[in-house]
Amino acid sequence: MSARTLFEKSRPGRGSNYVDDRGWTPEYLSRLPDFARRGTAPALPEVTEGEVVRHFTNLARRNWGVDVGCYPLGSCTMKYNPRLSEQIASWPEFSAAHPLRPARAAQGWLRVMYETERMLSQLCGMARFTLAPAAGAQGELCGMLMVRRYHLERGALRHTVIVPDTAHGTNPATAAQVGFRVVTCPSTADGLVNVKALRGLLNEDVAGIMLTNPNTLGLFEREIQEICDLVHQAGGLAYYDGANFNALVGRFRPGDMGFDVMHLNLHKTFSTPHGGGGPGAGPVGVSEKLEPYLPVPLVRKGAEGFEFESDRPSSIGRLNAFAGNALVVLRAYIYLRLLGRAGLREVSGAAVLAANYLQQRLLGAYEPAHPGRCMHEFVLTAAKQKAQGVRAVDIAKRLIDLGFHPPTIYFPLTVPEALMIEPTETENLETLDAFAEAMLQIAREVTENREVLHAAPQTTPVGRLDEVAAAKELNLRWRPEREGEHA
Amino acid sequence: MGFVPHTEQDVGQMLAALGLSEVEELFAEVRTALPPGDVPDIPGASELELRHHLWEMARLNGRPDQTPCFRGAGAYEHYIPAAVSSIISRGEFLTSYTPYQAEISQGTLQTMYEYQTMVCELLGMEVANASMYDGASALAEAALMAMRLTRKHRLLVAETLHPHWRQVLETYTANIAPEIVPLPASDGLLDPEQVARALDDETAAVLVQNPNAFGLIEPLREIGAHLVRHPALYIVAAYPTALGLLTSPGEAQADIAVGEGQSLGLPLSYGGPYLGLFATKLEHVRQMPGRLAGVAYDGRGRKGYVMTLQAREQHIRRERATSNICSNQMHAALAATVYLSLVGPDGFRKIAQNNFVVAHQLADRLCELPGCALAYPHPFFNEFVLNLPVPAEDIERELWDNGIISGLPLSRWWPERTHQMLFCATEVITDAACHRLVAALEEALP
Repeated sequence: MSARTLFEKSRPGRGSNYVDDRGWTPEYLSRLPDFARRGTAPALPEVTEGEVVRHFTNLARRNWGVDVGCYPLGSCTMKYNPRLSEQIASWPEFSAAHPLRPARAAQGWLRVMYETERMLSQLCGMARFTLAPAAGAQGELCGMLMVRRYHLERGALRHTVIVPDTAHGTNPATAAQVGFRVVTCPSTADGLVNVKALRGLLNEDVAGIMLTNPNTLGLFEREIQEICDLVHQAGGLAYYDGANFNALVGRFRPGDMGFDVMHLNLHKTFSTPHGGGGPGAGPVGVSEKLEPYLPVPLVRKGAEGFEFESDRPSSIGRLNAFAGNALVVLRAYIYLRLLGRAGLREVSGAAVLAANYLQQRLLGAYEPAHPGRCMHEFVLTAAKQKAQGVRAVDIAKRLIDLGFHPPTIYFPLTVPEALMIEPTETENLETLDAFAEAMLQIAREVTENREVLHAAPQTTPVGRLDEVAAAKELNLRWRPEREGEHA
Repeated sequence: MGFVPHTEQDVGQMLAALGLSEVEELFAEVRTALPPGDVPDIPGASELELRHHLWEMARLNGRPDQTPCFRGAGAYEHYIPAAVSSIISRGEFLTSYTPYQAEISQGTLQTMYEYQTMVCELLGMEVANASMYDGASALAEAALMAMRLTRKHRLLVAETLHPHWRQVLETYTANIAPEIVPLPASDGLLDPEQVARALDDETAAVLVQNPNAFGLIEPLREIGAHLVRHPALYIVAAYPTALGLLTSPGEAQADIAVGEGQSLGLPLSYGGPYLGLFATKLEHVRQMPGRLAGVAYDGRGRKGYVMTLQAREQHIRRERATSNICSNQMHAALAATVYLSLVGPDGFRKIAQNNFVVAHQLADRLCELPGCALAYPHPFFNEFVLNLPVPAEDIERELWDNGIISGLPLSRWWPERTHQMLFCATEVITDAACHRLVAALEEALP
């Protein structure tokens, strides 16, 4: 059953009063001239606080979260989010601070930002970080704008960016948004960047390469130093997409691999909650040669304490109205300080161990996209199952009935019927085993009980929804006439 | 303290299954591929120890209940009903991700749909996306969309636009390098006739903010009337709280409407996370950036919600996507949806009225002080520029010494405006706080 919308629950005259009128007279309101006045009031629902709480509580129950159960969504790093961060983020000393406060009135905030930047720089082997980008994709935008500016300031804009065929969709989308032509570099049969092909693609027009390491197949690019060297020799820059940094955090640094610029997803490796699809934060780190181009504002230590610095002539400019998703940065700061380097090493060790263990348990029943050890995630192909009439999507939906959030499916695009699994370090062994058992049961059902796979999910409020019809007959907002209900 | 649940025995069992004896072996390949080097140490701390430290940091920011803040300038403190944080902190919302698997994400998806509906209602538009990062980046995305739709590259941008928003627009469009033509303000406001004269065949869009950076109410409708017959798109940036009283972008015939949604149930948060509202006409939906939820039905005819028109997006279209945006601000959008549901149409109007009255009462009282006067004679909403007889930065310092965060010295944005301060008063400003401000300012004046 679908839940009715709040608009259908609305009844004229219902509501709650949160703000009183403090006894002012209508004289003041008459100062608002007619030209400025709104004609039609917005048709918001009229419901009581009790109805609102019940409505959203019931919607919450139709959602899966890390707090509900295992969420092995590949490349998304759905790990446990510590509650201390939530509590501190709600302290009004942090949450009620106006972004344009005088620096004297925000020394705690500025210090959190300053120290977070320093810790991220240390962990990544970068000269500096900006905390401004509001998400990984905005971090990529920031990074590639800096790459563009770097070449411009050297006298010649370069027009091409190389992206491996296994890259996240945001990489080519970002390069294109910044005006670069995207050239795809093929992978080898082993799932790694084809260095020979890369040599052939490099020339004086190449601005840089965008890489994830470990890549989206969960494999470490062994020849990463050579890749970065080749790009540098051709005059280009190397961009590191930090979406998969959970595999390496506390142990290895993108700076040591040869990268010039990178972003991190604080909502992945640094455990800030994903919030149903944001807000995240995508800090960007740079080597010294890109430092002048960092966006504003940056935090510096001045004579009178910490302060924002906005006067940077070579900067690519501003990405947000203020200084980025500060409350997300605060949560990451808390995670970093709680764990320290030792804790972070434990994180990457456990994440890689859990992924390898899970992969090992599934071999035989499923084919890996690439045999051998993986890093923090691995990719299976359901090509074999597809030959028997069961697709990756069927496996995913059946997992829902068996009590798990499905892995990422149909990505990377280079793997047919891909299932991309990232258990993260915070799932215990019993859960890993239970997930493996569910996958093995499904493998048996492929031969024994295909119907149950095609019919899945059956335990959810709705079954598989017709996305094709939804895109044809767009219904993107509630309207009273369509539903014949209360407005 | 990595929240890792693996016991020594668990680790042993997993390693044994892999034929390994220690975790380090899993990184052997990485180690040989990289130069030797180590990550500098970062000390860890217990939760209790860290809490002490965080409390020290928090205190450096001052107690907000004791430091009234008369600053807006793009970020506004509004009352947030207690039920908002109670609902949005539920783990099913907080710890979920983008609803790739619709059947177990109906909570997020239906919220997106309800949010889209409410944003359409507020802005008076036909279709809204499920959120952008903030108002400024939403405006930049709107300009990019207008350039895609019109294939023109001249943007007429109000001089009265928030200067940070203007900077974000420049950052986002750096590689397209549109010609950004400033629309001059006379006496703090745009002149519709001048806007009309500035339009030409190369114009992609006209960008206007209401209320503008000085808090003044722009002639939105008149500008819209000039634009109706012109192929250039009309992009209006609105302050949502003001929409309880003021003309909506739709009423002014906007083609794209954006807004900073922070005022809808989100705390000031030292600048973020905020919420970018984005809405347009249905005919432009395929060029709209960002995620979008729509109604869909399952095989048994049951109604549900899915992410739709995904063919616009980066994970499908890669380099041909309408934007590179991936994650958005869903949790902030949830807060806004809950907020709007709680206050309802009546409360929404009352809150806007309350802001209008409180700010005007404050302005009246400040104007009674010697040498103080409104900089502009035009209608404003909850923010106004006050001319001071002394440099505004001195006043800022003196008021802070009295535990008051003053209005924003406009020299921060325009160095020549040394004696002007942008004051804001919302419904959270008490009469007592106003008294304190007036008394402290009187004290600080010569």
